[in-house]
Amino acid sequence: MLKKRGRGDAEIPMSSLADIAFLLLIFFLVVTTIDVDTGIGLVLPPIPDDTTPPPPVRERNLMNILVNAQGMVLINEQPAAIPSVRERVKSFINNNGVDPDLSESPDDAIVSIKTDRRTPYNVYIDMLDEVMGAYEELRHQASMDRFGVPYTSLEQGSERRAEIQEMFPKKISIAEPDEG
Amino acid sequence: MSKFKKKQANTKQSVPTSAMPDVVFMLLIFFMVTTVLREVELQVQIDYATAENIEKIEQKRLVSYVYVGPERLGGGRYGETRVQIDDAMVDDINAIRNIMYDKLIEQPRLIVSLRVDRDSEFGIVTDVQQELRHAGTLRINYSTRRQV
Repeated sequence: MLKKRGRGDAEIPMSSLADIAFLLLIFFLVVTTIDVDTGIGLVLPPIPDDTTPPPPVRERNLMNILVNAQGMVLINEQPAAIPSVRERVKSFINNNGVDPDLSESPDDAIVSIKTDRRTPYNVYIDMLDEVMGAYEELRHQASMDRFGVPYTSLEQGSERRAEIQEMFPKKISIAEPDEG
Repeated sequence: MSKFKKKQANTKQSVPTSAMPDVVFMLLIFFMVTTVLREVELQVQIDYATAENIEKIEQKRLVSYVYVGPERLGGGRYGETRVQIDDAMVDDINAIRNIMYDKLIEQPRLIVSLRVDRDSEFGIVTDVQQELRHAGTLRINYSTRRQV
């Protein structure tokens, strides 16, 4: 008699546990948004120090991109179409001292971006997208040559990725805004 | 053969449900981990710009958002371009540096995500960027959607 009872009721009732878990599950399912944050990452230059002058940059190592109030892109004061920006930036960065007007090495090359107060935001983003695309293509090319795999397949924080990043560092400078 | 059949007939007919809580818990834990509970109520209208060469922000905990866009006035009307941080509109643009500095103290690896309406002018973004530079929060991200 005793033995039989012990056999029948040895378990804690588990059925309500599943109900509670389901309730919580449904709550989290409803409140979860699985959209990933995507965007163009950039590092702003720090506020210049009055005591230390900015480091000297040779004219040829600097590419000035201006997006004016009319949404026109000017590279070194010459108007340029947005789809052509990528090729211009690529040839500028990857010049390695061949053309005397373009950069000495990818490490020296600085892309300076200047905007007007009335620049349309989407034009700025389109232009920045092209510049980022140029770096991305150069890195992809370097990765294919060196390791035979696309740059995007290199793991985040891996040695190989760091090596490619060092070959083509993103030196994008946001120019100081004009006063007024 | 007949012996085998008899044995099968003796087993329980019900589907075992003891593993169900485990499965449910596993899903529950997954959703708990991926959920970011605090979403702000937007008071400005934002249509994201699109771009091709975008990167994902993996660590959402590092991100702080700055919203820039025309203010929602109700009734489908929009006002001036304003800046919103967290749940409040920013009236004085110079206040951003203090807000952001406090956030930076809390999270030294802060990334500021700029969610700007695609039709706004860049002047206000420049102002915000200048404030961010003063605050020392230099890592930014222009929030964009993938181009289709």
